[in-house]
Amino acid sequence: MQKLKEQIIEQLNLEDMEPEDIGENDPLFGDEGLGLDSIDALELIVLLEKEYSIKIENPKDGQKIFYSIHTMAEFIQDHKK
Amino acid sequence: MKQLKIKTYCHIKNHQIYVDGQVVFSAPEADSMKKFLKLAFKHIKSGYAKFYKMDEISKLGFIAAEMLLKNKPYSDLRPEEVGVVLSNAQSTLVTDKLFQESIQNNADFYPSPSVFVYTLPNIMIGEICIRYELRGEQAFYIFENFSANFMANYINHLFLSHKLKACIGGWVDQSPGNYEAFLYWADDKIADDQTSIRHTGNELERLYNLTA
Repeated sequence: MQKLKEQIIEQLNLEDMEPEDIGENDPLFGDEGLGLDSIDALELIVLLEKEYSIKIENPKDGQKIFYSIHTMAEFIQDHKK
Repeated sequence: MKQLKIKTYCHIKNHQIYVDGQVVFSAPEADSMKKFLKLAFKHIKSGYAKFYKMDEISKLGFIAAEMLLKNKPYSDLRPEEVGVVLSNAQSTLVTDKLFQESIQNNADFYPSPSVFVYTLPNIMIGEICIRYELRGEQAFYIFENFSANFMANYINHLFLSHKLKACIGGWVDQSPGNYEAFLYWADDKIADDQTSIRHTGNELERLYNLTA
């Protein structure tokens, strides 16, 4: 999960943020979490494809997959090629 | 008849920020525009996290706007009474190239959505307007050089036709290895005395060349 956090910080230009600042179960989107927006969601889709060769077939699944670092890591684990 | 006057103006070039002709920040140690913008952002203590997601030219325009607007000259105006009219020579060429590189190679084809959204110069205006909740007339023009006469005539026309009561105008340009911003705030609240700067082509030209 540390590596995934680092990749997200890099891909989303979350400068000044350290991996330990991101809680594994914190929501990534919305006011309570990291406050990511719709463009960030697209970047996360690109990240999965680029780094893990995972394509999200149905964009509606993104809401569950990108809920937190934990849900993302689980999805990667299950779908990694 | 009321006239627009220039209340404050900001230049950013050569790793320095000038406000009203005086240097207020300098970072000669910065080895790139990117590094300079980061140092300048930390210096102004804006704390606006979305800054980091912007492309370089938007960051440049954003910092210049922060310098102009820190004393909230817009506070007694309605959002739709404040316009933003900017110009440059290179549009978003540097960002366009960056995006092009991400789609150049079929074997490594990962177009970045967050780079793509900045491949228009008026996005910079959008970033400034979102930050300050400005909703007046907005336009971005491309010229070979800063056109003081056009800027003065166009904004004065908007003012005289009651489309706005204040405006941010100027020039924000970036080419590979070079950048420059000249932004000013004009409104009609400044008293007409010897120290006031009228919003004319001659005065804009004079201010623009102050740091030349």
